[in-house]
Amino acid sequence: LRKNVEDFTGPRERSDLGFVTFDITADILNGKNAFPAIFDWNVKQLFLYLSAEYSTKNNALNQVVLWDKIMLRGDNPRLSLKDMKSKYFFFDDGNGLKGNRNITLTLSWNVVPNAGILPLVTGSGHVSVPFPDTYETTKSY
Amino acid sequence: QLYYQVLNFAMIVSSALMIWKGLIVVTGSESPIVVVLSGSMEPAFHRGDLLFLTNFHGDPIRAGEIVVFKVEGRDIPIVHRVIKVHEKGNGNIKFLTKGDNNDVDDRGLYKEGQNWLEKKDVVGRARGFLPYVGMVTIVMNDYPKFKYALLAVMGAYVLLKRES
Repeated sequence: LRKNVEDFTGPRERSDLGFVTFDITADILNGKNAFPAIFDWNVKQLFLYLSAEYSTKNNALNQVVLWDKIMLRGDNPRLSLKDMKSKYFFFDDGNGLKGNRNITLTLSWNVVPNAGILPLVTGSGHVSVPFPDTYETTKSY
Repeated sequence: QLYYQVLNFAMIVSSALMIWKGLIVVTGSESPIVVVLSGSMEPAFHRGDLLFLTNFHGDPIRAGEIVVFKVEGRDIPIVHRVIKVHEKGNGNIKFLTKGDNNDVDDRGLYKEGQNWLEKKDVVGRARGFLPYVGMVTIVMNDYPKFKYALLAVMGAYVLLKRES
C-alpha cells in the first residue's frame, strides 16, 4: 500500500483549506495486508476511504475523509490510482494546516456483509505528509 | 379461563417489553434496532434493511463509521457515514456526516445554521445488519390498513385459541 503526495494550503475565510494529490496502489486481494480472502461469500462490498488524521492547536484530533470508493464483490480488487485529487474539500476547523508537519494519510475500509457484522479495518500502510508554512496563492486547482 | 388467557397475553407482552428494554440497557442506545428508511446508503443498505446499533459511552466517533443520528427537534433517525471529525482535548467532538449515495454532505439536513453534529445527536453506531427484515415495519407504516389487519388477526387468534 503506497501513497505519494504533494500539497499546498490556501486560506478560505477563516479556515485553512488543504490540497492533496495522491497515488494509491493497493492489492486488496493478495496477502500484503493479510486479507487473502476478504471478498468471501458473505461480503457484498468494501467501502474504501482515504482519511487524513492530524492534531492542531484548536483540536486534539482531526480526521477528514479526502476520498472514498465503493468496491463491489466482483470489481477489480487491485487499485492503481495515480494523481488523484481529493474528492472532498480538506477544510480544517481553524488554521491548523499551515505549517503542520504531521498529517497522516491512511487507507481504511468498511466491510459490508450480505448479513452480519460491519467491521471497520485500517490498512497497514500509511503516509505522513507535511504542509508548508505559507499559503499558496498562485496555483489554481 | 378468560383470566388465564389475559394473564398469558400479558406475560407475552411484558416479556417482549423486558427484552427490548434489556437491549436498550446492554447496547447503550435508545433505539438499538433501526430500519433503514431511505436509499441514501446504497448499495450498502437498502430501504427495509435492519441495523443493530451500540452506543457505549466511551466509544469515540471516528471517520468512516456508520452512525445513526437524529437532527435536533426531529424524530426520524438518519443512517449515514462520518466523514469529518474534530475533537478537542476535553472530549468535545463535532462531526459531519454524508450518505454514501448522496453527492453532498448532510449540512442541508441539519438544523438551520447547524454545521456539525455532536455526541448528543447520536442514537448509535451501526455494528451489524440484516437485509430486508425491516420491510415489515415500513409496510405497516405506509399502509396502516395492513397494521390493523395484522392486529385483528392476532386478536382473533388469541380469542379463538380459547375455544379449542
